Amino acid sequence: MRRAAYVLGLPVVLLAAWFVLSAGSENFYAPPLRQILESFGETWTLDRLGADVVPSLLRLLAGYALAAVLGVAAGVVIGLNRRVRATVEPVLEFFRAIPPPVLVPVIMLFAGIGDGMKVIVIVFGCVWPVLLNTVEGVRAVDGVQLDTARAYGIGGPARLTRVILPAASPQIAAGLRQALSIAIILMVISEMFAASNGLGFTIVQFQRSFAIPEMWSGIILLGLLGFVLSLLFRLVEGRALRWYHGLREAQRRS
Amino acid sequence: MWRSCSHDPGLSVKQRTGLLGLAGPAGLLVLVEALPRLGLVNDAYLPPASRIAAALGDELGTAQFWQAVGDTLLGWAIGLTIAVTAGVVVGIVIGAVPVLREATASTIEFLRPIPSVALIPLAVLLYGTDLGSTLLLVVYAAFWQVLVQVLYGVADVDPIADETARSFRFGPWARVRHVLWPTALPYVFTGVRLAASVALVLAVTAELVIGAPGLGRSIAVAQSSGAVPLMYALIAVTGLLGVAINLAARVFERRSLAWHQSVRGEVPA
Amino acid sequence: MLEVTSLKKVYRSGEREVEALRDLTFTVDNGDLVCLVGPSGCGKTTLLRCIAGLLEPTAGTVRLDGHPVSGPPPGLAMVFQEYGRSLFPWMSVRDNVELPLKQKKLPRERRTALVEETLDAVGLAGTEKAYPWQLSGGMQQRVAIARAVAYEPSTLLMDEPFAAVDAQTRADLEDLVRALWQRLRVTVLFITHDIDEAVYLGRRVVMLSSSPTVVQDEITIDLPAERDQLHTRADPRFTELRTHVYEQIQAAKRGRPSTEAAV
Ligand SMILES: Nc1ncnc2c1ncn2[C@@H]1O[C@H](COP(=O)(O)OP(=O)(O)OP(=O)(O)O)[C@@H](O)[C@H]1O
Ligand SMILES: [Mg+2]
Repeated sequence: MRRAAYVLGLPVVLLAAWFVLSAGSENFYAPPLRQILESFGETWTLDRLGADVVPSLLRLLAGYALAAVLGVAAGVVIGLNRRVRATVEPVLEFFRAIPPPVLVPVIMLFAGIGDGMKVIVIVFGCVWPVLLNTVEGVRAVDGVQLDTARAYGIGGPARLTRVILPAASPQIAAGLRQALSIAIILMVISEMFAASNGLGFTIVQFQRSFAIPEMWSGIILLGLLGFVLSLLFRLVEGRALRWYHGLREAQRRS
Repeated sequence: MWRSCSHDPGLSVKQRTGLLGLAGPAGLLVLVEALPRLGLVNDAYLPPASRIAAALGDELGTAQFWQAVGDTLLGWAIGLTIAVTAGVVVGIVIGAVPVLREATASTIEFLRPIPSVALIPLAVLLYGTDLGSTLLLVVYAAFWQVLVQVLYGVADVDPIADETARSFRFGPWARVRHVLWPTALPYVFTGVRLAASVALVLAVTAELVIGAPGLGRSIAVAQSSGAVPLMYALIAVTGLLGVAINLAARVFERRSLAWHQSVRGEVPA
Repeated sequence: MLEVTSLKKVYRSGEREVEALRDLTFTVDNGDLVCLVGPSGCGKTTLLRCIAGLLEPTAGTVRLDGHPVSGPPPGLAMVFQEYGRSLFPWMSVRDNVELPLKQKKLPRERRTALVEETLDAVGLAGTEKAYPWQLSGGMQQRVAIARAVAYEPSTLLMDEPFAAVDAQTRADLEDLVRALWQRLRVTVLFITHDIDEAVYLGRRVVMLSSSPTVVQDEITIDLPAERDQLHTRADPRFTELRTHVYEQIQAAKRGRPSTEAAV
């Protein structure tokens, strides 16, 4: 009861305030919330969701999944080899520091403006945090754990799947989380640049045609999407890394 | 590390790592030179490194370029300053008052993952291609980085230390000053470091997509006018700028916290 | 038989060199229980890592049943000093004990039986599904012991396994180790810096000097094979033996062999 009040209290107050304060709004750019909500229902019909949101999400998932696989695989190889790491780390830091959206014009040169371009943009932007975090996680595996594996003959694939990857998984998850927000950003930006459908494309269209309540509803949808995806991520992470959160908790208490 | 390792006589581990670290970027340059020259990649899409370097050389001599760099850095610096100030103040206030902390948790969890690019249409309508557009995006994105770290820092305050302060009848201000702030400080620096790189990303993005003045817009112009080598050169500049900001933030963090007993590990945000 | 001959280990890190072991020679017969005592930092862990094949010695050899050790030999199990860190926190207790057995390609029934049997033997039946960090320090230590025992080693190395547990648990674990040793007939090399523990547990005690480390002295513990916490520790012979070990250790700290008469 008390908890529910805390969780819902402020959001309800804020929404109510927005609703009331904007009710008589004459400002063209800040229409009444009531109007925005109405246009939300009208704009984001099932057809619209199928035509614009689903393609966006599919591109997002494809790019993100590819980046995750590539990042972890390359990260393990680089993290396990000190020389390779010393050689490529500065290059990786450079690639990570490039603001990912500037990749859009580059990749447009190679891959045109189709779905392929958008997926590649997302892969290129997301792979660096996953990769660098994996490298860091693999490098920092506890020496005692590695020695234990060696002493008990845990080698080959089992060493990788049962020891190194689990040990690095909290750090890998941190990279995946950073990558998720980059993926959403790149999904939107690549669609703003060049697309005929998708969430980013539609929102920009609304803005260009001064369909302000629709534009606001698009912003809200995008916000909801970001929130839901991060919630999903947290659920999956919380489950997969249950041991890690428990361990941290146990260490904190002692 | 437990494993014993052999040593080349004369070269310390550090020197060798440094040499390998130079080999990486050198290899990248050779690769970018060779791929188009050997015809493995169309040189209209990826010009050889030497042509990119030449374009960069030309560009370095123009006032326009430096103007663009200046604009980008200005947007970055102002946005970062606002975000850090707001993040620290809000974070400390929320963190110091348990009721506020609980009441705002869900709202923060909801607002934080909203992608900053969702605000692009709004920024365009409100500020057009002015600096204001850049600032809106930069501040929004960087603010959360700082706020979240500050909140982690405040949550890390040792309850015993706080109770000790209380038992000596410290007032709220003194408790913030002597207990909360010193504990949170390393986290604040982490937040500033993270925010600094996010701010650069968003500054360049805003320029690229909205057309606010700066390196991002120069990239967009180079792209639309087909000046491919220049486009690559400018992208490399943004990357180098990012690396420089990262390094500077790290050095700043380490210097400022040298007195602190434990320069903490990063809390993944 | 375990033979350690002229073992020397120098750590190099950058410019700094640490001579952890200078010249160690001793043997452990099959089926024996030997305790190694020595002051903190004298190189006990280093020695054990060399024996386990985890660390390359600078000079000298380690032979196990006549074969030189270079890399972890099969049939050797180790309980690490950092037992908490040597259990994998992402696996349940059962998986921690079972994983090495899987690597040995034991059939499933055999693995299940071994896991159950050893967890039962260390008094941890019913904790199979828990994660290690959900257990107390002493329980974690027993999981590490169970893992080593389930591996069915012919040689068992234990590195200060009881340093972090309370006195009562420690006494129980000491009895557990002796019981397991008597039942399984394994060769045990047990490291401790607790003199009483060494005398109570061992059939022989090897004393190490402080760094640079050599073997200071060796004695056979001629206490009856049946030992228990109350009576053995009250035995006058126990007192004599521990006094001797104590004096040798003190002498080692002063850096010369004791002139006291041998026992
Ligand atoms: N990886 C390493 N690099 C450099 N020196 C080391 C390393 N490991 C141990 N040493 C040094 O070797 C010496 C012996 O260390 P070791 O851990 O073997 O001692 P120990 O007898 O096990 O001590 P304790 O009883 O405290 O566990 C110490 O001086 C230590 O500082
Ligand atoms: Mg030790």
